Amino acid sequence: MSLSLEVMLQMCIVLPLLATIPIALTGHKPNLREAVSIGMGLVVLYCVIKLYHGISQGENINVFWWELMPGLKISFSIEPLGILFALLTSFLWIITTIYSIGYMRCHHEKNQTRFYSYFSVAIGTVMGVAFAANLFTLFIFYELLTLSTYPLVSHSGTENAKKAGRIYLGLLLSTSIVFFLLAIICTWLVAGTLDFTVGGVFDPSVNKLLAGGVLVLFIFGIGKAAIMPFHLWLPAAMVAPTPVSALLHAVAVVKAGVFAVLKVCVLIFGLDLLAILPSTQFLLYIVGLTVFIASIIAMRQDNLKARLAYSTISQLGYVTIGALIATSSGVIGSAMHIVMHAFGKITLFFCAGAILVTTQKSNVSEMHGLGKQMPLTMAAFFIASLSIIGVPPTGGSWSKWYLLLGTVESEQFILMIVLLFSSLMNIAYLLPIPFNAFFSHSLSHQQLDSRNTLSTFQFKEAPPAVLIAIGITTVSCLLLFIYPQPIFDLARSILEP
Amino acid sequence: MLAHLPILQVIVPLIGAPVCVLLSRARLVWLFALIVSGLSFIVSALLLQQVLMSGTVIYELGGWDAPWGIEYRIDKLNGFLLLIISAMSTLVLFAAQTSINKEIPAEKHTHFYILYLLSLTGMLGVVVTGDAFNVFVFLEISSLSSYALIALGKDRRALWAAYQYLILGTIGATFILIGIGLMYQMTGTLNMADLAARLPEVAQTKTVFTAFAFVITGICLKLALFPLHLWLPNAYTYAPSIVTAFLAATATKVAFYLLIRFTYSVFGGSFSFTTLPLQFLFMTLGLLGIFVGSIAAIYQTNVKQIFAYSSIAQIGYMVIGFSISSVTGLTAALLHIFNHALMKGALFLALGAVMYRIGSVQINQFQGLGQQMPLTMAAILVAGLSLIGMPLTVGFVSKWYLLSALIEKGWWPVALLILIGSLLTLVYVWKIVEIAYFKPSLSTNSTVIEAPLAFLIPIWLLVIANIYFGVDTRLSVEVAHAASESLLQAQGQVRP
Repeated sequence: MSLSLEVMLQMCIVLPLLATIPIALTGHKPNLREAVSIGMGLVVLYCVIKLYHGISQGENINVFWWELMPGLKISFSIEPLGILFALLTSFLWIITTIYSIGYMRCHHEKNQTRFYSYFSVAIGTVMGVAFAANLFTLFIFYELLTLSTYPLVSHSGTENAKKAGRIYLGLLLSTSIVFFLLAIICTWLVAGTLDFTVGGVFDPSVNKLLAGGVLVLFIFGIGKAAIMPFHLWLPAAMVAPTPVSALLHAVAVVKAGVFAVLKVCVLIFGLDLLAILPSTQFLLYIVGLTVFIASIIAMRQDNLKARLAYSTISQLGYVTIGALIATSSGVIGSAMHIVMHAFGKITLFFCAGAILVTTQKSNVSEMHGLGKQMPLTMAAFFIASLSIIGVPPTGGSWSKWYLLLGTVESEQFILMIVLLFSSLMNIAYLLPIPFNAFFSHSLSHQQLDSRNTLSTFQFKEAPPAVLIAIGITTVSCLLLFIYPQPIFDLARSILEP
Repeated sequence: MLAHLPILQVIVPLIGAPVCVLLSRARLVWLFALIVSGLSFIVSALLLQQVLMSGTVIYELGGWDAPWGIEYRIDKLNGFLLLIISAMSTLVLFAAQTSINKEIPAEKHTHFYILYLLSLTGMLGVVVTGDAFNVFVFLEISSLSSYALIALGKDRRALWAAYQYLILGTIGATFILIGIGLMYQMTGTLNMADLAARLPEVAQTKTVFTAFAFVITGICLKLALFPLHLWLPNAYTYAPSIVTAFLAATATKVAFYLLIRFTYSVFGGSFSFTTLPLQFLFMTLGLLGIFVGSIAAIYQTNVKQIFAYSSIAQIGYMVIGFSISSVTGLTAALLHIFNHALMKGALFLALGAVMYRIGSVQINQFQGLGQQMPLTMAAILVAGLSLIGMPLTVGFVSKWYLLSALIEKGWWPVALLILIGSLLTLVYVWKIVEIAYFKPSLSTNSTVIEAPLAFLIPIWLLVIANIYFGVDTRLSVEVAHAASESLLQAQGQVRP
């Protein structure tokens, strides 16, 4: 194929959006429908890899679609952070689709065609976010992402799902309409441009108070980054089917949030300006508090998905901290953490889903002794937990290292302590799950002993498609420890013009 | 022919109205009215093109020179308005035949079309004329016919709603008349351009202040600006669906046009905004309108009423844009006239379709309609998103301009309040969406199917327009910007 890179970039966005048509048409033949999904995923991944090669050879790729209002353009370009995010999403989309095949069928979910359609739309909009060349384009796709994931969150249509959907949509749209949009308009009026530019778009002589206020609007306005007090949509979104929680609410949607935060910090404000704004320190403490409180709440959750959701909130805070401390190590750590956390958390969610479909258990307290029944799943859970905590030999250790380095460089010792303490809490709320699964006896075992001993001891793993997906992401967690170089290179080149 | 376009704009529907009596068959009358309205649309499109190409078009009625004779004067502002009114009228009329079959007794169908065309004549006349007294005459033609149109509603409460509107509307018209009379007393002229030239000499007199107060209050009654909005919710709710769609998309726009015309062209921006505290007054009333209207909308159970209250809130947005009195602010207001016509036209027509199939627009009747009337509900969803101001819809464009205008002036609190106001829109739109898509349908509505094409075509044309003009903003923004620039330029007070 000799398609130009510009065409490939547009294919990444348009193909997943168009994929809804063949997915809807093949709705009555599940095998064909899922083949279409995976096929699309492979094509998109191919395009993103090609783009990655293009950018490593120093090519400049710009696409201009349309000028909506004078000066406000919908246009796309490729930069290292965007390609990193796109690679991550398109790769994990394929894995999640494989996982979904096992999960959705085993769980007998209704309206699966609708599920795959909106899923694909959501991925298309995430690609739009990743490749956006300016804030305006990013905002449009950010809003579309909220709308396209709403049907996925309220998928089951129950009263509970409807309520959660309301919180989801309400919080995400409120923050983006009230704060994000206002921040963008201010930036537009003050700086005169919304293009992402290395070093920032603001004049160094800009009114610091005004710029500081705009930064506050941005950080709270990007609700997908789940900074407290606008984080409640994320636990609410856990009513969605597990593949949605895994890909969208551990990777695509939340990472679109911190991705936007990182872009705003690095490419709209610029690190030099960021460091001297009066509101940066205040925001850092808010985010630090978010990390800390979310970890505490996570420890108190018995529902596994809720625990993972709060863990995500806390980990997203790491990325935002890395962006706000305005040092190059911080930015590198943030960018790497987007990837490392994604692989770790998606594995954890995959495991939670696997446990749910196989044993119908969703609470941590019921999972004692589960290791005998689902050893592979629980082993994967253990490795992914290590990556979230940030210990070798998993990828998470690299990003935590750079984040800590960043806090030390910028002499943010309080934040360093928060990060370290939060890692300890990660241990406390994640590791007991696999330990209890392997080393303690099932609680229900004693009660049900007389009646049904077999079921608790029997080896009964999740469906093969689910296991394959879990295997791939787990191995990736380990491989990212050994080969972090490509990701590090991409992360480092964000700051280079 | 082309030179006579301004008078044709009014004459075509005016002659068309009585001709309806001669045509006996209902279908024929409908077709005739549709053609008449379509012709008006073509005339207004040609007029706008003429204005954009070669500047203001002036037409002297009967060859009498202004200021003695009546003068029709079309600049960018009213050229734009004419196009909106005639386009909306034609689109709404497309669905009329189907809709009124269910809602209006057959023997009154001819009356309906006569009144509809008269109302259209009145509105086009108000906009096209350059004579202050002529404004009053046309305003009465359109108002009287719309009272009668509302009274055609099949719910008996329509009579009460029409009566309410009649009383308040007449008060408004009388106020305008008194104001015009006082101006005539002071200047001896009724021609708007002439008035504008002569008023500054006597600007500091009590009489002119009084005239101004009467005119503005009268217009605000017609505009349904909070707190003069009391006639609007009932009138919109109990009128036949077609009438609601027509009035919501046009009538308040005409009143808003008059507000701009009188403050900027007749009295002059410097008189209206510097001598009098109009800015503060309208800003406050606009904000109150947004919040009172939106909150009231949230608590309604009749969907037509929800969107009627929403109209009061939307008028608030327009008035705020107007009160900023900068080019960007006025552009935002003019854009919102156009955009609001597109949204509310689509929404009320869609409600007409629901009324046609179900016979009620109570919110609980919407259960399960997401599956049964997917195209109609999708239209409500998209138009609702536009109302909220989602990117890629027209609502976003006017919101962007309005916020830009406010921030340019440094009015942060107002900008923030407006954004919070748009969240209230989200609440009432989503209330309908949730019921339509998540609840199983009522057993009484199990046989309901998608609306007929007569509805779907105009509805979806409007929905597509909602998206199209939200993406390709060149036409609407250019015209609105040029119109507001020339309005402010006329006063020699262009602000960036």
